Amino acid sequence: MQLHRFHGGLKLADETDASTAEPVLVMGVPAKLTVPLGQHIGEATEACVQVGDHVTKGQRIGQSKGYIAAHVHAPTSGKVADIDLYPVPHPSGLNAPCVVIEPDGRDEWGDARMEPWLDWDTRDLRALRQRLRAGGIVGLGGAAFPTAVKLNPRAGQRIHTLIVNGAECEPYISADDMLLRTAPEAVFEGIRITARLLGVERVLFAVEDNMPEAMRALTETLPTELRDLIELVSVPSIYPTGGERQLIKVLTGQEVPSGGLPADLGMVCHNPGTFKAICDTVIQGRPLLSRIVTVTGPGVKHPRNVEALLGTPFADVIEAAGGYAEGVDRLVMGGPMMGFAVHDDSIPVIKATNCLLATRPQDTPSPGPVMPCIRCAECAAVCPAQLLPQQLYWQAKAKDFDAIQDYGLFDCIECGCCAYVCPSNIPLVQYYRYAKNEIWAREKERQKSDIARERYEFRQERIEREEREKAERLAKKKAAVKNKENDGDKQAAIQAALERAQKKKAARAEGSEKNSEKGTGSETNGEETSTTNDTRDGDDR
Amino acid sequence: MRFRTQSSPHVIPAHSVGGVMQQVLMALVPGTLAMTWFFGWGVLVNVLLGVLFAVAFEAAMVAARKRPVMATLADNSAIVTGWLFALAIPPLAPFWVTLIGIAFAIIVAKHLYGGLGYNPFNPAMVGYVVVLVSFPREMALWPAATTLPESPLTLLQSLQTVLTGSLPGAQEWDAVTRATPLDAMREGLVSGRTVGEITASPLFGTFTETGWEWVGNFFLLGGLYLLFRRIIHWHIPVAVILGVAIPAGFFWLLDPDSFASPAFHVFSGAVIIGAFFIATDPVSASTTPLGRILYGAGIGVLIFVIRTWGGYPDAVAFAVLLMNMVAPTLDHLTRPRVFGRSRGGPPPGDGHA
Repeated sequence: MQLHRFHGGLKLADETDASTAEPVLVMGVPAKLTVPLGQHIGEATEACVQVGDHVTKGQRIGQSKGYIAAHVHAPTSGKVADIDLYPVPHPSGLNAPCVVIEPDGRDEWGDARMEPWLDWDTRDLRALRQRLRAGGIVGLGGAAFPTAVKLNPRAGQRIHTLIVNGAECEPYISADDMLLRTAPEAVFEGIRITARLLGVERVLFAVEDNMPEAMRALTETLPTELRDLIELVSVPSIYPTGGERQLIKVLTGQEVPSGGLPADLGMVCHNPGTFKAICDTVIQGRPLLSRIVTVTGPGVKHPRNVEALLGTPFADVIEAAGGYAEGVDRLVMGGPMMGFAVHDDSIPVIKATNCLLATRPQDTPSPGPVMPCIRCAECAAVCPAQLLPQQLYWQAKAKDFDAIQDYGLFDCIECGCCAYVCPSNIPLVQYYRYAKNEIWAREKERQKSDIARERYEFRQERIEREEREKAERLAKKKAAVKNKENDGDKQAAIQAALERAQKKKAARAEGSEKNSEKGTGSETNGEETSTTNDTRDGDDR
Repeated sequence: MRFRTQSSPHVIPAHSVGGVMQQVLMALVPGTLAMTWFFGWGVLVNVLLGVLFAVAFEAAMVAARKRPVMATLADNSAIVTGWLFALAIPPLAPFWVTLIGIAFAIIVAKHLYGGLGYNPFNPAMVGYVVVLVSFPREMALWPAATTLPESPLTLLQSLQTVLTGSLPGAQEWDAVTRATPLDAMREGLVSGRTVGEITASPLFGTFTETGWEWVGNFFLLGGLYLLFRRIIHWHIPVAVILGVAIPAGFFWLLDPDSFASPAFHVFSGAVIIGAFFIATDPVSASTTPLGRILYGAGIGVLIFVIRTWGGYPDAVAFAVLLMNMVAPTLDHLTRPRVFGRSRGGPPPGDGHA
């Protein structure tokens, strides 16, 4: 297969040997599980149990109402001890709502367990999708995007290619590697289910060239009937090949449009762990309750991979890898390039916890003082999004948020290549995150003020309308009154005229025929004048 | 257990500014030694003085601007400036030439613009041009290219000459100095001689025979080292050299009697050191790949034009400074295409929604 090259990237030392020496250790149930309700990207999930409730394994404890959302399940049976804010793995270090479960040690599946679907390929597609949703599955590569959403393409969007992202490009992480070595069949089953759901024509299964054992396991277990569908591809291990956009470029030479999604190219990309979770949920009826975590780095005694229940404290996971080595001072969730350092190891494993990396000062020294940018443009040379990171940096510093968007801020995937090569130790990615947040905040602020303005304008318009209507009503009323008066005047005038006419008649009748023409003329003039005056008075009133 | 929290990446940084500059200094060593061998101890004396002055002015300015002095000096950038300036001036130039040039380079060209990273012009070249136009006599004192054992001045005598501004004993400047090949070519052509007649003089060699070419070769060695270590990229040096060689070759083919050969242009002056060490100064150069090619080519063509038709044979400094002015515009006009967009692409729609 013809492979392509994306711009930039880094050749980083592979550090996975230490953690792949031992098989995956399935950890037991810890003394206490703290299960965060928000373990995915998207809308909030709310607790659907009460403190004191007894929950069974697999029972839904967090219910999501939104579309881009994922349910949360009890990883084991036990009592709900608390529902409150607890520290969770997040760069902000803020607390978030969690359900604390005290396990009863029986690890029972209650009635909540979904029945196994061995006949899944005869089931309705919508029912399949609902089952994935019920399983609370999110992408297990680290971004935790709800899987059911990705498997439900927009109307008219045809997905022809499914991509399996086995390019675990961060140094140290070997969770996918170990999964592929140990459970390739489940991954293939998950791929079959997904391929049926999306109706794809081909599946490109990318594995990095530094994972030969995983590749061997896959080659050996690939079912014969899938050989026409699934193509196993070994891709060069250049960071960040595991980025969705970069991997698609490597495999197909196509670029996902800026601001678009792989689905725009008719492709969908999933992590191998996600396929295993799909298989577990659909075939066994087991929602997402645990995941493989790579526990590694010079800061742990025996690096290895463990399968931990969601909600297990980091400290327990580290303990399973032999505990901390002497002098450890940094604990990172995720890989060394994109992961974030946590300040406390009591926080729990979540669906996005693919790796715990512990290091000592000599492994990750604090960077020296930040020096001025010398415009060496090494950042641009390694940027896989083909951006000009130093320009973005200047624009972020200058708060020129229009220019920074024009220069492609939102095309930045925050891979950290630029910060890694910067000789001046400038924390470039931090500046981009700052700028993004600032723009989001402003956008929100703008929307809010738009709403406020609309509301104000509406109110203003209503007041004006009411005043106008009031004025109109008043005018009408006045007009009516005036008309009435006018009517009165006219009647009076007519009356007066009649009377005068009669008087005239009478006068004429009384006598003198002399000067009759002259008299009539003067009378007529007087009449007209008085009528006109009356009318004018009426107007003035 | 509680931990330090720091932002990613959680790895040992690949480079530091000080480290990058250190590599540049290392790459300057072979050329500097070759220059010392052919032009006498004065070269080393100048380099030493240049570096000393540069560091002193840098420290003074940093202190005056209330910045951390030691941390700033550790970026080694002042040393590079002092060293490059010293290589550019004649090896026996009196010390005050260096002092004035460096003072201007560090104080005006660098720190008055905001220090490292903010200077629009290459400081060493600014300093060089200032002394070039101010002290034409002193700046013409290039010794004849001999070899160190045959050099008329010992190390001490060179030091004495630089510090006092006059030659020791009864030596005459005329006996010690020679026109540079560029000067000779210029004068010769102006006085109506052909290129063939001019280059027949012992002043000239072809690539390796006289000092100038050897020096060029050794700077080339250092430059290739920088390329190999990825401290610099190929765009600027290649573009500079081709920018000189292509027009030079064109005119040379047209009229080989009136125009010097491309090889002469590339190796007889400062083109090699300029292409690899001066034009590649990241602060004042263009930063995009295409921008760097245009920037380098501009310098190359300007070198040829200034040498051939201009008033000074010392074209590299002027060419670099002129292109420094254009660099920001080049950067603006040569923005690379963003991944997933067409060239000059549409601004992202609701990409961040």
